[in-house]
Amino acid sequence: MTHANIQLDENGHLKHFLSIYGLDRGLLLSILDHARSFAGVGDRAVKKVPLLRGKTIVNLFFEPSTRTRTTFELAAKRLSADVLNINISTSATKKGESLFDTLQTLEAMHCDMFVVRHANSGAAHFIAGKVAPHISVINGGDGRHSHPTQAMLDMFTIQQHKPDFTRLKVAIVGDILHSRVARSEIHALATLGAEEIRVIGPKTLIPTDIEAMGPRVFHNLEQGLEDVDVVIMLRLQNERMCSALLPSEHEYFHLYGLTEKKLANARADAIVMHPGPINRGIEIDSSVADGRQSVILQQVSHGIAVRMAVMAMTMGSLADTPTLESRDEV
Amino acid sequence: MKFSIRNGHLVDPANQVDGVRDLYVADGYVVGVGKAPDGFTADREIDAGGQVVCPGLVDLSVRLREPGQEHKATIASELDAAVSSGITSVCCQPDTKPVLDNPAVAELIHQRALNNDLCRILPLAALTQGLAGQTLTDMNALKEIGCIGVSNANADMNNAEVLRRALEYASSCNLTVHLFCEDPCLKNDGVVHEGALGTRLGLPGIPATAETLSVSRALLLACQTGARVHLSRITCAGSIDLIARARDHGLPVSADTGICHLHLNDTEVDNFNTQCHLDPPLRTETDRLALLQALSDGVIQAICSDHQPHDNDAKAAPFSLSEPGASTIEHLLGLVMKLVREEYLTLVDAIAALTHHPAAIVMPDLGRLDVDRPADVCIFHPGKTFTIDRRSMISAGKNTPFDGWELPATVTHTLIDGRLVYTVD
Repeated sequence: MTHANIQLDENGHLKHFLSIYGLDRGLLLSILDHARSFAGVGDRAVKKVPLLRGKTIVNLFFEPSTRTRTTFELAAKRLSADVLNINISTSATKKGESLFDTLQTLEAMHCDMFVVRHANSGAAHFIAGKVAPHISVINGGDGRHSHPTQAMLDMFTIQQHKPDFTRLKVAIVGDILHSRVARSEIHALATLGAEEIRVIGPKTLIPTDIEAMGPRVFHNLEQGLEDVDVVIMLRLQNERMCSALLPSEHEYFHLYGLTEKKLANARADAIVMHPGPINRGIEIDSSVADGRQSVILQQVSHGIAVRMAVMAMTMGSLADTPTLESRDEV
Repeated sequence: MKFSIRNGHLVDPANQVDGVRDLYVADGYVVGVGKAPDGFTADREIDAGGQVVCPGLVDLSVRLREPGQEHKATIASELDAAVSSGITSVCCQPDTKPVLDNPAVAELIHQRALNNDLCRILPLAALTQGLAGQTLTDMNALKEIGCIGVSNANADMNNAEVLRRALEYASSCNLTVHLFCEDPCLKNDGVVHEGALGTRLGLPGIPATAETLSVSRALLLACQTGARVHLSRITCAGSIDLIARARDHGLPVSADTGICHLHLNDTEVDNFNTQCHLDPPLRTETDRLALLQALSDGVIQAICSDHQPHDNDAKAAPFSLSEPGASTIEHLLGLVMKLVREEYLTLVDAIAALTHHPAAIVMPDLGRLDVDRPADVCIFHPGKTFTIDRRSMISAGKNTPFDGWELPATVTHTLIDGRLVYTVD
């Protein structure tokens, strides 16, 4: 298939940012490098750089989101782009045809980039395959498939505390089955060479054959946390409760909720992460969420820098991004 | 019209014929095999030297989309496509709009088939009204108007009590029940095989147990009711084991599988390829090889196209929102001959799975070429390759997963009731 790597242009540069899968270590590291250079922009008196001046970025959200949309918007504005937010409830767009029609309408307005969030896996790939050649697409989360900017901001946060990925043991805890964040993090950690990736949850929330993506599976939180350097807690959607997947919040918290006692199984300097918004008392105890090992709020601010990096890279507004090969030479 | 079909390699598995024989046709029937009847003079002679002559193909599961979805395809467009692949009889599923659950719809399809005057249509009537899985249809009336069996298409028959009674009633009417086995609760919102790739792509999975559980239920109820059950479009190795065991115990159950599942496996949906969004879903390579083995072993008897033509918009959507199914009818013979070329099947087994065996399930008079049988004949060139180009397909549905594939056989003539309905000349 010719579209095997739809994310890269003919020179191997990032054209669309749809999934971590298919990108090499060098590219992920250059996203992190660029993010680091953007991280200071928010601290300046004038919080703007002119890299995307005159460009129009459309936040096309078919699924509600506050945090992701806001940080994309801030990132775009700090790059001096014009931003259009369009929220389309999925119920209003019944079928793919209208998704296609929406795209054509927006294309006619001469937009340069779409940031897409959609409830169906593959939606961002679909859109990237349909748009005019000058338009870049960034995946802001599609179904259970991928949420690559979230994964990269998590990698950025990890790197701030633990610079060497190859020595890390990372545990991802909770609803892996429905989580695009978990899938993207697993790919990112594997690509960056993490020593060990673990997923922890009841069998009902661990997808079939997840081992093929690299992680070890644990059903016991205490065992799974033993000696890990990073603990990533996932948000548990309310609708999963009282179904065939989980009996009750009480039982879930008892088995998989992160408390200080359970966290003591991890390494003493382990960091605790969560993509937010957190359900206190369901997947994480307040004392941990607000505790000294928590880096949850740092994740949010890193989100802006990472999204600035990805937006600037896909628009070709940065100097050549180093490849893995050139990086290894220096 | 009298035809003599000379010098062809006649493959007629029902009569254990596999060699060069001439075939003589007059007034719609086969009148001689190997030797012309006394005083026979042909109106037209077909030189089939170097070609295979076999019974016309019988396809056990197709969608013609008419009535109700003419924007996808019509009876006329799809029968044109069928005869170009040597298919002379098609069993259409009852999930038309409106559903084929009453004699009026059956009559409508019958009339349109007559107007078209190409391929035979052997309609499957709905097993339950509106395919809702609750109330039985007037099966006997539907049978009298020409329906050759009953089916609930891909719709839910999850109420075991209704299924039991439907099997009993169909059995009383001497109708074969064609069952598609997929437990709707285990399927849930699934769109691909539940496995590593579905997990990576974040696409909801359909576990193999959705099929095997439903197959075991069908087999147990077939045993209890004595109904004649045909299992439609089997995909899993686990189902094959269950069917083999039931047949070993003497249960007269038959089964078919779709051509896509004999060529493709679950890895084809990578990159969210909606052309490979099928229901039942593509399964693992182990399953695919087990299906081919089951055809050789006779546990699965027939290969169908499971033809499901779609308009382009139906596939131009994010994977879960695209419509399942592939347009396969005009490539059925070529795709099966590719399996022969790759030595998965012998020529005789392959032809049997397309002719004699499916015919035995729906209309035993067809699918064979002995004297006094209807002269439904397919003649194809086994060495003449053909490359699939979706843009030049005859079917109104261009949704093929096989675009660009080279097939090792080309149909040159199709006869139905002794009439030449398709020729490349």
